Amino acid sequence: MNRRNFIKIMAGAAVGGAAIYKGLDSFGAEAAAGEAQTLPAKHWGMVIDVSKFQGTEDIKQIAAACHQYNNVPDIGKADHEIKWIWQEDFEHTFAELESEYFSEKIQKMQYPVLCNHCENPPCVRVCPTQATFKRADGIVNMDYHRCIGCRFCMAACPFGARSFNFVDPRPHIEKVNPELPTRTKGVVEKCTFCVDRLEKGEMPVCAEVSKGAILFGDLNDPDSEIRKVLGASFFIRRKVELGTGPSVYYVIRGGEASA
Amino acid sequence: MYNPGKIITILVLFVLLITAPILLNIGKASEPPAPSLDTAAIEQLDEKQCIESKEFMRTHHPQLLSDWRQQAVREGETEYISSSGAAWEMSLENNCLQCHSNRSEFCDSCHTYTAVELYCWDCHDGTKGAGAAK
Repeated sequence: MNRRNFIKIMAGAAVGGAAIYKGLDSFGAEAAAGEAQTLPAKHWGMVIDVSKFQGTEDIKQIAAACHQYNNVPDIGKADHEIKWIWQEDFEHTFAELESEYFSEKIQKMQYPVLCNHCENPPCVRVCPTQATFKRADGIVNMDYHRCIGCRFCMAACPFGARSFNFVDPRPHIEKVNPELPTRTKGVVEKCTFCVDRLEKGEMPVCAEVSKGAILFGDLNDPDSEIRKVLGASFFIRRKVELGTGPSVYYVIRGGEASA
Repeated sequence: MYNPGKIITILVLFVLLITAPILLNIGKASEPPAPSLDTAAIEQLDEKQCIESKEFMRTHHPQLLSDWRQQAVREGETEYISSSGAAWEMSLENNCLQCHSNRSEFCDSCHTYTAVELYCWDCHDGTKGAGAAK
């Protein structure tokens, strides 16, 4: 092969390669557009109105409804506990907001906490099997079929939102919801924002039973109810300084002291 | 060769012993599995037809369920359009197990026969059915 032919062949290959690459690129763009159409929201988010929680009973009631619907077992041992939504005290909910001048009410209150469905979820980054993944609509979901139970995600989650099934959960579910599967021994589980209900056009269980204390909607839609509430109030997100971008917002109305 | 009588006898016995399972079962076909379709939900159907043809379901149900798992769990796509154009929910609990609620007579009959042990039922039990028949 002489120099002239070599240059010709290389130039041809470069043009061909560029054409194929471009083709692949437009294929990817089409796939992404198709996906967006099938999903009702671009970024699901939750707003929790702290002032509407009068006591721990409210949170316990919501947790019970959630756990019953989602087949979350009650194992009865603290070190085997499985929880999707639960209550936490001020110090553990908003660890970075430490000050002695918060009202006693705020400091003594219990707050509902759950998976924050982060924009940049550390659990997804560490998962070696991609069993946990972020959907196009912002929900961080689990594929239990792929979970190998390594618990890296539990170590990575700064909110403690994940629980591991140390034992077979089935015998510990009082009344199985026959519409949904359960989990098995050896997998990690967490809140899913009730993806199966969203597909049916229903709100998550916690939002439905909370009597307006928990709102759910599309954070990307400026006209959604949750965006209107966020626009009209002061709110905090948990551990936002870690850069995970939680999608759960806590609205503080300032009236908590008198509530 | 020392002690040829003993060695040959023992060798023959040894060969007979390890081939015993084949020799004893020669010419005898074992009973083929007969999955039962006898459930209340199936009895009530006017047309006893699964979401796809019997032949397709028999050969392709593992592939179909694997595709459903991928689409329903990871891509959030829960509607399956069958070859006849009908729409079905991609769900074991709300679709398959509604009719096939007799795990021990339906699923297990073939899966035990072929020694294919699955863990589907660890989570997808379909408590309405006979599941958990261990």
